[in-house]
Amino acid sequence: MAELKILDLDVNISDTKKIIKGLNLSVKGGELHVLMGPNGSGKSTLANAIFGNPKYIVKAGKIELDGENLLSLKVDERARKGLFLAFQEPVEVPGVNVMNFLRIAFGQLKPGDPQITDFRQTVVAYLKRFGLAEHFLKRALNEGFSGGEKKRFELLQAILFSPKIAVLDELDSGLDMDSVKTMAEAVREQLAKGTGILMITHSEKMFEYLKPDFIHIMVDGKIVRSGGSEIASELHSKGYAGLGG
Amino acid sequence: MIMEKLAFDYSGYNFRNGTDYELKFPKGLTKEVVERISKLKNEPDWMLEFRLNAYKFFLNRPIPTWGGDLSEIDFDSIHYFMRATKSMATKWDELPADIRATYDKLGIPEAEKKALSGVEVMYESESIYSSIKKELENIGVIFCDTDTAVRKYPELVKKYIGHVVSSNDNKFAALNSAVWSGGSFIYVPKGVRVPMPLQAYFRINAESMGQFERTLIIVDEGADVTYIEGCSAPVYSNNSLHAAVVEIIAHRNSHVKYITIQNWSDNIYNLVTKRAFAHENAFVEWVDANIGSRLTEKYPSVYMLEEGAKANIISIAFANKGQHQDAGAKAVHLASNTSSTIRSKSICVNGGRTSYRGLVKVIRGAEDVKSSTRCDALILDEISRSDTYPYMEVDEPSATITHEATVGKIGDEQLFYMQSRGLSEQDAVNTIVLGFMADFINELPLEFAIEFNRLIKISMEGAVG
Repeated sequence: MAELKILDLDVNISDTKKIIKGLNLSVKGGELHVLMGPNGSGKSTLANAIFGNPKYIVKAGKIELDGENLLSLKVDERARKGLFLAFQEPVEVPGVNVMNFLRIAFGQLKPGDPQITDFRQTVVAYLKRFGLAEHFLKRALNEGFSGGEKKRFELLQAILFSPKIAVLDELDSGLDMDSVKTMAEAVREQLAKGTGILMITHSEKMFEYLKPDFIHIMVDGKIVRSGGSEIASELHSKGYAGLGG
Repeated sequence: MIMEKLAFDYSGYNFRNGTDYELKFPKGLTKEVVERISKLKNEPDWMLEFRLNAYKFFLNRPIPTWGGDLSEIDFDSIHYFMRATKSMATKWDELPADIRATYDKLGIPEAEKKALSGVEVMYESESIYSSIKKELENIGVIFCDTDTAVRKYPELVKKYIGHVVSSNDNKFAALNSAVWSGGSFIYVPKGVRVPMPLQAYFRINAESMGQFERTLIIVDEGADVTYIEGCSAPVYSNNSLHAAVVEIIAHRNSHVKYITIQNWSDNIYNLVTKRAFAHENAFVEWVDANIGSRLTEKYPSVYMLEEGAKANIISIAFANKGQHQDAGAKAVHLASNTSSTIRSKSICVNGGRTSYRGLVKVIRGAEDVKSSTRCDALILDEISRSDTYPYMEVDEPSATITHEATVGKIGDEQLFYMQSRGLSEQDAVNTIVLGFMADFINELPLEFAIEFNRLIKISMEGAVG
């Protein structure tokens, strides 16, 4: 089974600015981990560091996928190993058509997958499911997408590429209840297919539809508390400060 | 993150032939050279006179200084005429094997079979192969080289040559008018729609060569034609000069689409005057890609002479190391209810330079004119340069004129996003560059879009970040 393992990780955003300090985390295939914490605690930095965004400097520690150290690999090499990141704010790429992009990406991430032969149909089925019209495929990548469209398109890709480990960075923020429900169903289905999911979130809305296997509370660059769903109710009553932050 | 190297793959075009020339003029330009060209072609007196007049204009005109650097052009070190074959072929088999091989490599005979109504190929100074589908010829469509047209259709040539671009228009139009040779002549009769494109291919094979083709396209009332020209040359250390003139006359209710894929090697000065006259309700489209050359100065123009005329001018420029693409468009509105759309896309990398230079002119009394211009530049590194020079001369208050310009770079966050979906940095850049050019590629007939995509299979080696 797939496993993403993070060991004693230190991440800076400049030579002196430390964001993540000695973080440990393990996410296995089929598990749902929820990472919560106040603004500025380093959650998105962790997501970026896992994927090797060159703006983030790993000072110490390891990031392993199935025992292989990822730190020397480029972003696209990590993706091809089976990591997926759903972006909190996906960047607009003018001129690059959604359908072409998905086709190129699918070819890279799923070489030899038979779905490529009826790829358009495959994609259209997913679009329907996420309430996106077919003409969406003709648009430029993320350009002019509404907040909800961006989130749904990120999740669509997570399902389409069916990775070993997916990091979902604030995918639920700004969504209405119906969309959160659709999203939760998709996440549950993907877990059943064996994908391990690390969900970064600010809100507890998701817990109405999803039972996380683990909840981690991140404060000031460290995980200060890990446990099961009981943490959600503690958080509700005590806040981050009461959980060791 | 800077792209170290981004280049169009030129390897498929950079090959030379050891052609045995039938005739090769010594270098340099004199009145005698002009006379000799005319004599070789057995031209009528009016054409010799046209040339000699133009030669005077050429001598009197200064080298233009408003655009790229032309100071290194040495008019004395250029061959003004080279003849490769004794006679014009109408079958590919009739060409000498080495020259035939050139066009096979470029894929022209193959394209002719699949997707063209006619083909004209020019090698150095003259057309060496010409063909048009029989059924088009039977209904009066003319497609031949312009030298042949002077002999066979002198009344048409005499009426229209220099009609749209006068011999004294600019120094290089004057030069072309004096020493022109080859080029395409097209006449489409009233109401005839040519179903598939006509194509010309211009090849310079020799070093220090001057190629001066002259193209004249006359589209009669209600007729429709698409014409495609491609061009290429091998890489040499000495510069060659390509100075063409293209004139289009689009009569009432006609439609002309003129597509250029300029892929000269980077030792070619490409200084071309392209202009169309659009009559009542005529629609003229220029689709102009400038990928190669050392310096290109080219501004396809449409003069809308009568009501309802329309212009659509789309250009794309790619400037790599040592290249300057000074390209753009001119839309001249001389009548009411005329409209024009100008779209320009440029990409520069490795110190290349792109300039958009355009003119939108509306004369007083030309009412309710609409014109929109949009220029997008993509600059791929810190050492490359892009400029925009939009000129507006609008003397009519009812005109609606819009101009938009954007300058973009490929952002780190765009690369990160695409790489997180498994695309290598190179694939990500290619995808963004191809996406940037999509508007242009969509204008090409399908077969050529595929060919163009192949041609711009961008190769990027080594990226530093």
